[in-house]
This record gives sequence, C-alpha cells and structure tokens, in this order.
Amino acid sequence: MSRTFLGMPATAPRGVGHLRGDEPFPAAARRGLADPQLRRNLGHATTTIRAKSGAVIRELPDWEQLRAAGSAIKADVLARLPELLEQLEAAVTAAGGTVHWAADAVAANRIVTDLVAATGSDRVIKVKSMATQEIGLNEALEAAGITAVETDLAELIVQLGEDRPSHILVPAIHRNRAEIREIFLRAMPGVDPGLTDDPAALAAAARRYLRQTFLTTPVAVSGANFAVAETGTLAVVESEGNGRMCVTLPETLITVMGVEKVVPTWRDLEVFLQLLPRASTGERMNPYTSMWTGVTPGDGPQAFHLVLLDNGRSAVLADEVGRQALHCIRCSACLNVCPVYERAGGHAYGSVYPGPIGAVLSPQLTGVADNASLPYASTLCGACYDACPVKINIPELLVHLRDRAPHPRAEAAAMAAAAYVMDRPALYAAAQRGARLSRLAGRRGRGLPPPLSGWTIGRDLPQPPPRTFREWWARR
Amino acid sequence: MVGTPVNGRDEVLARLRAARGAAPAAPAEVPRAYRPAGAAADVDLLVRRLTDYRATVHRCDADAAAQPADAVARVVDAVLGGRRVVVPPGLPAGWLPGTVDAVTDDGLTAGQIAAVDGVVTAAAVAVAETGTVVLDGAPDQGRRIITLLPDVHVCVLRADQVVAGVPDAVARLDPRRPLTWISGPSATSDIELDRVEGVHGPRNLHVVLLPPAPRG
Repeated sequence: MSRTFLGMPATAPRGVGHLRGDEPFPAAARRGLADPQLRRNLGHATTTIRAKSGAVIRELPDWEQLRAAGSAIKADVLARLPELLEQLEAAVTAAGGTVHWAADAVAANRIVTDLVAATGSDRVIKVKSMATQEIGLNEALEAAGITAVETDLAELIVQLGEDRPSHILVPAIHRNRAEIREIFLRAMPGVDPGLTDDPAALAAAARRYLRQTFLTTPVAVSGANFAVAETGTLAVVESEGNGRMCVTLPETLITVMGVEKVVPTWRDLEVFLQLLPRASTGERMNPYTSMWTGVTPGDGPQAFHLVLLDNGRSAVLADEVGRQALHCIRCSACLNVCPVYERAGGHAYGSVYPGPIGAVLSPQLTGVADNASLPYASTLCGACYDACPVKINIPELLVHLRDRAPHPRAEAAAMAAAAYVMDRPALYAAAQRGARLSRLAGRRGRGLPPPLSGWTIGRDLPQPPPRTFREWWARR
Repeated sequence: MVGTPVNGRDEVLARLRAARGAAPAAPAEVPRAYRPAGAAADVDLLVRRLTDYRATVHRCDADAAAQPADAVARVVDAVLGGRRVVVPPGLPAGWLPGTVDAVTDDGLTAGQIAAVDGVVTAAAVAVAETGTVVLDGAPDQGRRIITLLPDVHVCVLRADQVVAGVPDAVARLDPRRPLTWISGPSATSDIELDRVEGVHGPRNLHVVLLPPAPRG
C-alpha cells in the first residue's frame, strides 16, 4: 500500500464497502422506473411520512431557530473536528471505554473483526448503522466466520430477502406488507405458516424470531447518532427496542461512528433531539433513545469499544463548499421529498446513501470520478434544502459537484466555442442568424447531432425565435 | 517516498488537520434563538402526548398526595395483579400490592428477567411536549435490562419531575449515568412507514402520574 500521501485527506478506497454502484444512475434508475410495484410502494410510503413529519414540525414555533442552531453546531464541529475527537477520546477513555481510529473501511473492518474474534463469539447482533453498511462490515465478518444478525425490522427484511437497502431510515421501504410476509414465510426459521400481512403480526414474528438471539449473543455492533466530546456520551435513537437490546444485553459493545458525528457539548443534544425525530420518522420523539458514557459497572456491557471512522470524510472536509454534506444527521427527510428518489428508488443511487444527500455525499466520499452520474440525479428543485433539519444546501452542492465531475471533451470544446462566440458581438449576431436557419430547415423539436445528442435525449431543442432580442432592439 | 508507519490515530488526525486547513478555530457562538429551558411544564399536555403514543396514563387525584404509595399499588394491582414482576432494589416501599409475585433485581440473569411479566420503576424526568419519560438508572429505576425484557412497564412519575421541553430535560439529566428516553411502547415504522406498536421492547407502557408532594 502506498504511503506517499500519508496524512493527506483521502477518499474511501475501492473494492470494499458499498459507496459505489455497478452502473451509472440513469441506467439503474431506468429499472426502478419500470417497476410499477416499487413506484406504488415508494409513493405510498413517502406520502405518508411527508404528512406525518410536516404535522409535527408545524407544532413547533421555533423549528427554523432549531435548524439554524443545528447548522451552526455542525459548522463548528467541522471547524474543530480533530480537537473535538481528541476530547471525545479522552472522555470515553476516562469512562472506561476504548477508542480505535480507522482511516478507512479496510482498517475499520479489521479492527471490529479482531475485537469480535477476541471475545470468542462467532455471532454478533447489530443495530442498524449506516457506517457499518458503508464499510461492508457484515461481509468482512462473514469472511472471518462470524455471523452478523441485523436486528432492525427493516434490516432483517432486507437480510432475509437477500436484498439491498433502499432508504436511510427504512431500508425496506421498497417492500410492501404482502412482500414482507412472503419473505418471512420463505426465510425466517420457525415462522408460523399462518402468518398474515398485518404489520402488527409481522412485527410480532420478528420479536419471537430474534428474542433468543438477543439473550444469547455476547457481542453487539452499533452505529451512533451522536457522540458528545465534552462528556464522552454516545447516543443511539431508535424505535423498536432492538437498539436497547444491543447496547444493554451483551458483554461487549462495539460502536462504529463516522468522525463527523461528534458534537461539542451535552447541551447540543437539546437541539438534535428535537430536530431528528420530527424530520426523520415524523414523531415528536422516537420511542427509544439510549445514551451511555463508557462503561457503567453492573449495568450493560462491561467492555465498550468506539471505532472512529474516516473513510473519505477527510476528503469531504477538504472541500470548503462540499464539507457541509458532513452536517448530515441521517434523518432521510431529503429522500422523502425528492421527486427523483420517489420515482427511481434508492437502489438506483448505487451507494448505501441514496437520495439527494447520497447524491452529494457518495461522490465526495469516493471522489467524484467514481460516482460521476450522481450529481446529475436531481432536478435542482430545492425541496431537499427546505426539508433538511440542518440546512444543508444540497442544490448548491449538486451544482458544485457537477462542475468537478469529469466532462466529455466534446462538451468542453462546445462550451469553449460558445464562450468565444459570446465574447464577440458580431460573431454572436451571426450565430443567432445561423440558428434561425435551422428553424427554416424544419428541425424544431429534433435532437442535436452527436456528440451533443446526450443533451437532447430527455428534452427538446428550444425553437430559435423568428427575431432575436438584439434585432428587435436595433429597430426601436 | 515511503513514510514512517503510523497508527490509525495519527493518520486520521493528520488527514483531518490537513483537510480543515487553517489553525483550530475558537468554539463558535451558536445562535440559540429557540425556546430555552425554563417554561412551566404542562402536565395535561404530557398526558395527551403519552396517550397519543399509545401509553396508558393513570392520573392519581390530589387525595393521593397524602398516600402516594397506596395510589401506585392500586394501579400496579390493576395492571399486573396475579402476575410476576421484577423491581429495582430501590423501589419505594409500599408501591407493590400483595397480589403480585415480585422479585427484586439483585443481579438476575437475562433469562430470569425475560421470564417475568412486568416491571415497576420510578423515573428521572418526563418531557411534556414530546410525551417522553427518561430513566437514569437510579436505585428506584434499576439496571437498563429490567425495563427492557418484560412486556409490561409500569413507570411512576411525580408531578415535579415533569418538565416543559427537551432543553429542560437535558439540563436536568446527568450524562454520566446510562439514560433511556422512552416515548410510548416499542414501535416500528418499517412497514410502509406506518407506525405499529410492539416490537422488541415492552409492548405495554403504563405511566402513573402522582400529584405534587405536599409541602413541608
């Protein structure tokens, strides 16, 4: 491994984890668009969540002030990230935990695998975590002979269905209740063959199936929603109680956390605990939030390991415009309001981070060249910016990343030629007259010839006006 | 060029320092124009919020202030009478009726706790605006595991433990203690983004609301 760029910001390595798709967004999206069941499921789910979230946000008279505070706290975090992480490390260590640092997915997977192996267990229980999905931890554990059991209901549906997650919050959003029932009947050991597709019955089936696993597995792996530098406190927000099981029952708890999840002070949680549930599940508060600081003698895991993950985040931080993508608290509000996500579905984005935030985060974590189509997976309508509880200006980032994405040489040549012409009034007037000739030639609505034909695949070429503004002006 | 091998810590910190660029900034002044802690708590609002999230609220009348333990015992009898319950070691005397088969958690195994029907605890603080009860592992609340495995949780709140909003609760709580914020019974939105109560945590949450303690 090259050490040439030691200590310089680095993107996430290839060949490990789930940040890169197999094909560009337009090709992948076409499959989602052709699946009417997927579109019905997504349309139903996103409509439901938008209504719920909007209702509980309207209850708060100070939502905009909370957003402003959340955004300012995250900007402060990024300005002081190395120092806050050192403070967090000291606080966690003082409370009896152990802190590990992982430069990338490979290092993080090795650290976690070694920690699990040291306990002697060949099984871990997991609470839903974007970071461990990002680094492909389950695959790494499996390669080491360790079974990772996903305990979140939606993750369980995805795992039993041998499927891929398609939403940050609800990874099985693309499945409806009838499909979930079929997956359970097919793949859940010991399931009642009379299982109905009533959501309560499906949830009860998961409860029965996982209960013994919770009680007998000595190691858990979690992510973290927040980590407080000042106190060393970790927080996991959830709904089902599987998170509480994971952070309470096992002897060993391993938490994998992206470095940007740190917040400076305990008090800062008063902001994020108001923003996250209302933007995310549309609840005033999610059913369960667990907070722990290191190890509590006699209560919960007696060994606690915190793995701090870079995996491309330093490269995002290095871009002064792009770094605001690291404000993200993974609420998924931007997915739920996005017209493109609602139609194409999460799988089309290739990465574990789908939707608008994925379109700006994934290309930055991997380097834009490896996810070059994602900054274009948007209409720039701006709904995501309005919905974001920490005010990430996603449209601005999309345009910024489009500028950084590789462009075909022909396009660059055409743009250079256009710039040359527009700089010279006589040439420009001649070009406009020339464009009008194409009108006479009857090319209205037709595509441009190659190599510019890509631009007119999805739109008509505007019809040149019979008289230009300059001509009109000259005759006045 | 081959650099000297470094550990992950030095590598990550060096990368982040290089990425951040300029020298470390002083802590920024965060605009906190949102509603601060300190507003009066609305107990009626708490009751509505808890009920909205499918918790069952048992509100004791003012007469119960003189004998709060009796009021609690009556609720526990109604909810868990004739069944087995686990209780934390510091549960106030008199909260349990004679009709329950109670076992005190003195280091019970997970299997023993999973085998009981219910749990009775106090709480640390409750947030009216969100319908949230917070446990902090004090002796009258016990280890986190005892409120997790049994299917029925009876949680007793004193009126003076109710605060208006999230900032009030954060200010009251001690982050060094293990904290569990509970808003209704276990639930999931994972099937078609519709909330369904009852997955892994207790499927039944009963909140007993005691009147303010008499002065003196």
